[in-house]
Amino acid sequence: MSEQTFDPAADPQAHLVAADGQRPAPTGFWSRLAASNLMVTVLAIVTAMLIGGVLIAMADPKTQDAAHYFFQYPWDTFTYGFQAIWHGYVALFEGAIFNPHTAASGTLAGYFNPISETLTNATPLILGGLSVGLAFRAGLFNIGGQGQVIAGAICAGFVGFHWQLPYGLHLLLGIIAGILGGAAWGGLAGLLKAKTGAHEVITTIMLNYIALYLLAYLLSVKGFQKPPYGQAISYPVHKTAQLPPLLGGSVRVHAGLILALLAAWFFAWLIDRSTLGFRLRAVGANQFAARTAGMNVENSYITVMLIAGALCGLAGVSQILGTNTQLTGDIDAGIGFDAITVALLGRANAKGIVAAGLLFGALHAGGTQMQSATGTPIDLVQVIQALIVLFIAAPMLVRAIWRIKGTGTGIGGQMAKGWNG
Amino acid sequence: MSTATMQSPDELTVEHVVTRAPVSRAQRWGAGIALILIGLLTIWRFGIDGHHDQDAKIQLGATGAAHVPHFSIPAVPVAWVAGIITVLLGLLWLAVPRRRWFGLIMGIGIGLFVVALICWLASASSSAFVDVVGLLTSSINLAVPLILGALCGVMCERSGVINVAIEGQMLAGAWTSALIGTVVGAAAGMLAGAFAGALLGALLAVFAIKYLVNQVVLGVVLNVLAAGLTGFFYDAFMQPHTQALNQPPLLDPIKIPLLGDIPVIGPLFFDTSIIVYITYVLIVAVDVWLFRTRWGLRTRAVGEHPKAADTVGINVLGMRYRNVIIGGAIAGLGGSYFIFEVGQFQKNITSGQGFIALAALIFGRWSPRGAVAAALLFGFASAMQVTLSINAPAIPSTFVAMVPYIATILAVAGLVGKVRAPAADGEPYVKD
Repeated sequence: MSEQTFDPAADPQAHLVAADGQRPAPTGFWSRLAASNLMVTVLAIVTAMLIGGVLIAMADPKTQDAAHYFFQYPWDTFTYGFQAIWHGYVALFEGAIFNPHTAASGTLAGYFNPISETLTNATPLILGGLSVGLAFRAGLFNIGGQGQVIAGAICAGFVGFHWQLPYGLHLLLGIIAGILGGAAWGGLAGLLKAKTGAHEVITTIMLNYIALYLLAYLLSVKGFQKPPYGQAISYPVHKTAQLPPLLGGSVRVHAGLILALLAAWFFAWLIDRSTLGFRLRAVGANQFAARTAGMNVENSYITVMLIAGALCGLAGVSQILGTNTQLTGDIDAGIGFDAITVALLGRANAKGIVAAGLLFGALHAGGTQMQSATGTPIDLVQVIQALIVLFIAAPMLVRAIWRIKGTGTGIGGQMAKGWNG
Repeated sequence: MSTATMQSPDELTVEHVVTRAPVSRAQRWGAGIALILIGLLTIWRFGIDGHHDQDAKIQLGATGAAHVPHFSIPAVPVAWVAGIITVLLGLLWLAVPRRRWFGLIMGIGIGLFVVALICWLASASSSAFVDVVGLLTSSINLAVPLILGALCGVMCERSGVINVAIEGQMLAGAWTSALIGTVVGAAAGMLAGAFAGALLGALLAVFAIKYLVNQVVLGVVLNVLAAGLTGFFYDAFMQPHTQALNQPPLLDPIKIPLLGDIPVIGPLFFDTSIIVYITYVLIVAVDVWLFRTRWGLRTRAVGEHPKAADTVGINVLGMRYRNVIIGGAIAGLGGSYFIFEVGQFQKNITSGQGFIALAALIFGRWSPRGAVAAALLFGFASAMQVTLSINAPAIPSTFVAMVPYIATILAVAGLVGKVRAPAADGEPYVKD
């Protein structure tokens, strides 16, 4: 995958590992590469794609037929199987990066539609990934992306279709409303943790469902639901509040991408350069040491969940003011949980999250094309995504499969603590 | 607490000092004010604003069945009495909070609210009625997968492994049950469902125990994996061949000879499908197993203080593996319940029930009895939703659907008592 532009030096655990000197520094370029997290990431992706290939072959009708006479003539099974895998992954590439068939028409959409789809899918994933990643850095696990995206989308959508305002101002207010909605939903979990010690994983899971039911309720009341009240769908957002398309109206990619990149820049600045970021990282690394050093741990929890919620709220903005124009029951499109995989693959740093968001965005865009071109179910993308993260989280396993040396724990290993932690 | 003070060998005086477990401020005020508000709501909505011209018509069985016991009571006075008692209970709790009365007082308060609500619903119009037995039956049916999921959680988390993947284990169990149930038969389908859940449990165990992966991360990823795999295989195999691969038989209710003939209780508990009977057995089994057997004692030791357990020679990792895999099997059985109730596998058939089971586990304070009670409560809330949407369409049933989640947040926030997880829950154990 060409989007992999990791900087191993930006590894969030690098300072932790270097500090206690557990990992002996390997010498030589190749051994250093083999021991690096980049290598684990690449091998995790390769392994997941290989397993995905087996699934593609299993789902292919011709291969299934050939498997019936496998013991008479096994070669057919393998031939058809490999053909299916090849066609599947070619379609995935064509849907995500560049499609020579549509490009032959010579139109702008023909050239750029695949990459535009990738970017459109990547936008909310990057924003959600930043949200989860930020919480990770502060030692919290934001599993409530779904609820925060929904809260953001409800607020942004309401401003978008209910108010009548001029261009520019309307969009700005819509974005702010989305940020505030997400921040409120995330901040609630932070507040509960700070004031009562309620574990954020439990509260954010519960808040996800509360948001889902709230959305279902709103989509059944007048003022939100679009007449003639048959479907659970809201009024469409006014043109004045929509994020403008980046490459003209013929492809879907919209200015939400710029918001996502700005958010990534803000994330990097916040974590690496600001005092607040230092405080958050200190709380994340060791909350007791941070408290001893005079930091207000409780306030940090509230702050980080407010910002994390705001980032997910922005993902909701991108969904309702950019990709879609109407609120529906599945406006969150599973972003909340996909964001967790993005943050883990991106190792909770800004560059990594952008790259991981692009990769998963490409998988989603390509998966749609793959389903229509070869009939391989799009759920394959979910499987590959889960496998990648599973392998990233267990680097020992990846290293054992590929027989390379190296040490180091997986992401999240340093925060392997329970409900009482 | 008692202290014995010895003054001289001849004159032995024993002084008893009773110390009461203190009630936290949040619990005192939160619960007290909540009770008063519930009471006032009851008086206002069901009493003052109630249906004065109609009596509440309560039926103990479905219409059409022979000899359905039924009676009617005036709804408004019931609401007044229930509301006033609830307010008094709230004031009593504020004045003299005693931890041991807490469950009783909250139970009575919420129970009275529910009684007033049902009477109000049953008096909504001249044709409105509430079939209490039907309501309870559907509560139990809705609660069964929650109970099984929560018992899975008890097994895993009491031994120190967080299981957020209950949903995924149920989904895997459901898919496998549908496939094997169609091809072989219902009994094999249930076994296969339990096996699939156990397989996912084993995956959770290996990654959590051997590879020390953060268990919450792992649970989330396994949920995605299970949803992806079942969705993929559903589209690839089941959808094109529904007749051959996705037409599992429905389980017929089995009536237990004598017990099934008892009015009200019989049809409620002793005339249901085999999975519900297995659930009864599992509830008792897990409770006895956890608190009355050597294995259970060891499990709890491993979950609370693995180092101490290891020191006395308990195989910490082995206990965890076994418990997580058995737990997975129970959740997988919960998944097959969906199949044999509905009849076909659909994508994401569990629709978040695994997470409600997790909520029930936490709300029930990680104990089997508490988890079962919480699951029944949540099942009742879901069943209430249906009754509400029929008898009082003006009340948005989505708010009733939120009840389990809000209750769980209140529980972990300490407003309804202290909720504490097993001490080593989620912490991998590494021998040093």
